Amino acid sequence: MFEQWNGFKGGKWQDEINVRDFIQLNYTPYEGDESFLAGPTDRTKKVYEKFDALLKQEQANGGVLDIDTVTVSSLTAYIPGYLDKENEIIVGLQTDEPLRRGVNPFGGLNMTRKACKAYGYELSEVVEEEFRYRTTHNDGVFRVYNDEIRAARHTGIITGLPDAYGRGRIIGDYRRVALYGVDKLIEEKLKDKAAIAANDVLAEDIRRLEELFQQINFLGKLKEMAAMYDCDISVPAKDSKEAVQWLYFGYLGAIKEQNGAAMSLGRTSTFLDIYFERDLKNGTYTEEQIQEIMDDFVMKLRMARHLRTPEYNELFAGDPMWITEAIGGMGEDGRTLVTKNSFRVLHTLYNLNPSAEPNMTVLWSTQLPHAFKRYCAKVSCDTDSIQYENDDVMRPVYGDDYAIACCVSAMRVGKDMQFFGARANLVKLLLMALNGGKDEKSGMQVAPAGRKFEGEYLDYETVLDLMNEYRPWLAKTYVKAMNMIHYMHDKYAYEKVQMALHDTDVHRYMAFGAAGLSVLADSLSAIKYAKVKVIRDETGLITDFETTGDFPKYGNDDDRADMIAKEQVELFFNELKKIPTYRNAEHTLSILTITSNVVYGKKTGNTPDGRRAGEPFAPGANPMHGRDASGALASLNSVAKLSYDCCKDGISNTFCVIPQALGADNETRYENLSSIIDGYFSQNAQHININVFDREMLIDASEHPEKYPNLTIRVSGYAVNFHKLSKEQQREVIARTFHGAM
Amino acid sequence: MNSSLKGKVHSFQSLGAVDGPGIRFVVFMQGCPYRCPYCHNPDTRPFSGGEEYTVEDIVKKAVRFKSYFGEKGGVTVSGGEPLAQADFVAKLFEELHKVGINTALDTAGYPVNESVKSVLKHTDTMLCDIKFASEDEYKTYIGTSLETTLRFIEECNNYNTDIIIRHVVVPGMTDSVENIKQIAALAKRAKSLQKIELLPFKKLCVQKYNELGLDFPLKDTPECDRKTIERLTETVR
Repeated sequence: MFEQWNGFKGGKWQDEINVRDFIQLNYTPYEGDESFLAGPTDRTKKVYEKFDALLKQEQANGGVLDIDTVTVSSLTAYIPGYLDKENEIIVGLQTDEPLRRGVNPFGGLNMTRKACKAYGYELSEVVEEEFRYRTTHNDGVFRVYNDEIRAARHTGIITGLPDAYGRGRIIGDYRRVALYGVDKLIEEKLKDKAAIAANDVLAEDIRRLEELFQQINFLGKLKEMAAMYDCDISVPAKDSKEAVQWLYFGYLGAIKEQNGAAMSLGRTSTFLDIYFERDLKNGTYTEEQIQEIMDDFVMKLRMARHLRTPEYNELFAGDPMWITEAIGGMGEDGRTLVTKNSFRVLHTLYNLNPSAEPNMTVLWSTQLPHAFKRYCAKVSCDTDSIQYENDDVMRPVYGDDYAIACCVSAMRVGKDMQFFGARANLVKLLLMALNGGKDEKSGMQVAPAGRKFEGEYLDYETVLDLMNEYRPWLAKTYVKAMNMIHYMHDKYAYEKVQMALHDTDVHRYMAFGAAGLSVLADSLSAIKYAKVKVIRDETGLITDFETTGDFPKYGNDDDRADMIAKEQVELFFNELKKIPTYRNAEHTLSILTITSNVVYGKKTGNTPDGRRAGEPFAPGANPMHGRDASGALASLNSVAKLSYDCCKDGISNTFCVIPQALGADNETRYENLSSIIDGYFSQNAQHININVFDREMLIDASEHPEKYPNLTIRVSGYAVNFHKLSKEQQREVIARTFHGAM
Repeated sequence: MNSSLKGKVHSFQSLGAVDGPGIRFVVFMQGCPYRCPYCHNPDTRPFSGGEEYTVEDIVKKAVRFKSYFGEKGGVTVSGGEPLAQADFVAKLFEELHKVGINTALDTAGYPVNESVKSVLKHTDTMLCDIKFASEDEYKTYIGTSLETTLRFIEECNNYNTDIIIRHVVVPGMTDSVENIKQIAALAKRAKSLQKIELLPFKKLCVQKYNELGLDFPLKDTPECDRKTIERLTETVR
């Protein structure tokens, strides 16, 4: 037993790696309000000023402050870097200088080259030379892709495959570093390795043995990295400051090693609160000092960066890392998991200004303490920086120690991982099915040539039949591409640090995505309830539609349209499930687009719902802009009808409401916002992003960015600084439905 | 009377947060006998327009929003003047109560008769306007009497209804401290008075008037700002 554990209640967690058990036995639920919170100290203000100046410089430099093109990013590749060595509390940077980006070509060399070039740099000859003799994940994938996958990728019926950069979406249990120290973690992994070696040892066992070797190797490097900052993380953290520092080192190791698309933090605030409570009781730290540590920690998280290409930014705008922190929720025993530290982490949005990162994600339950609900609603009204996810639908599936990867993907911390990637454009599936497997934009034969629509007016049954004929092809192509990608990622860009912070026997999900749901639902509704005439070009390709008459639209709580959306999601998921996955991962599906709804729209021709070619889709599971005309609650009711059972990877809904629509005064607004979330989630909806502002403010911000330097808005599953969006993306956000009351 | 009784509805608003406590589903009834100069819904005035709905239709809609209402929210019937269709509203409220939905009425007051009484029986919150403090002004601007409104408020005292008195503050017309104090004194007639809400005069409705080919009588009057409302609210606290 470690002396660092003095004062903690003992249990199973002392004999095995079991952070949940530690939390359950030791945390202090908090049902009070925010009045205990401390403001920023002078030290915090000073350090923040320094950071803020760097942010401004970064923005002025076109989004990237500096790139080290010579050193390949890894745990010990750089000398220790500091923002303000004398005044920092939590230390550790990705490279040797704040906001300087490293290169990480293990996912793909070409992407790294292009990213350097985009910001006026050249990847160094040293790195080029080194990778001449290395296979990257990207090389591996393209060695095995077949023509069909390439065509699907090219036309955009499948977009965003992580075949040229780190896949991400894996959450290491960074808390383990603080609670156990690294030596204990190594010891456990060595035991697991010995146990596997005692098997017959065929391919899968051999793979696992090598992976364990890498995990153990990198746990060693993690210790070395911390030692460079004069910290000995081989043993458990002894107090509040060390707990945060140790945990952060775990995370820092992960982002030095991996440039994964989403590098989420997990569920750390309530865990940390246990250390804070112990020290507050001992009188070794004051509330002000604890808040100061949290502020410094969050500032470090806000400094995390990856080097991306402009094409990547088009799909995932605003330079996001998805440092998602899951806050609150309820325990399986009925006690709330809200602690004082749930408040503190949200309070950083005031002490350090609103910000997109970390991605504050409140696990909402109708059972949450009233004071916490009210505080969250207040933070949403003030900062637009929170997303809400329904703990009452996720807890029964994942228990009470899950976190959110990226935007909406729940996983048990340290026990589940996922193979994520891309989205299938379901609108293009419809158009392709009408055109006998040809792409509606280029005329290219993508799916094997089959039956096509021969008549003049579309009839619903025939169209559904045609989609049924092409959907299996799309599902199979998609699953195959994902299998190849994740096989190669495991082989050439394995997440050594993050997987070392998982159980060795890990449960794997394969997380698929679908885009264009509202356009598909409205198009099919138009076919069913209005009259849709097809228009062919000179080659016979159906490229346009003439729709006459009105039809019900998704987003108005009208089952005629909403059930079409629900059914199409289920059909696609069921088709995916038929295709076996790499490492027997469990199939899941998300309705989430990030900001790629703009790109998907660009790649898609005219549609029967009246949308013109190139126009953006609605984001995620949102109804199409302006078509949810029956009011805010009707719009929410429609989205709530989609079934979480077949979209366990998440159903994203972004909701914009003007402040006046929530009530005449602040207190009323907080209360009403809280009622809206309760109402939406009690219908088993999964996710909602909340923005409280009006369109005029966004237009003003678009025209006068200098007036709104910290304007943060929620998009699809994450938050961005409004000014990091392209003008095109800004226009799309401005065009969204803003729910008013008048 | 049964739930297939029909009423004329102008429109619905699914997220109402300013007409009664909590989140409200607001039903705007078609038709109003009054002609307030600052009316912001002139399109709800004629009794000829609107769409017919049965009580059952509206209850069905409201139930879809029940999960958002929480402890305080519910359905508000506004207008137009909802008491001009009192039988319909009475039945609607009765049915809403049967399914556990809170009811609020947004009215300018109405001559008390049996139908109005049956509405009051099923009204949880009464939002009643006192538009002016004197009979003269009522006569000049509205087309009803202050006395009618006050009698209506007194009748509310016989029922288990919370009362919120509302008053629109129009610069140069009703924005004097003296006037607000008189309104507050009149509001005391309501025994279960919850609060007095001062609503700022706004001109968002100008376009509606233009579309209807109507002249907006207060088109040259400035809007009332938030500070004035805050200042005047202090005087009636």
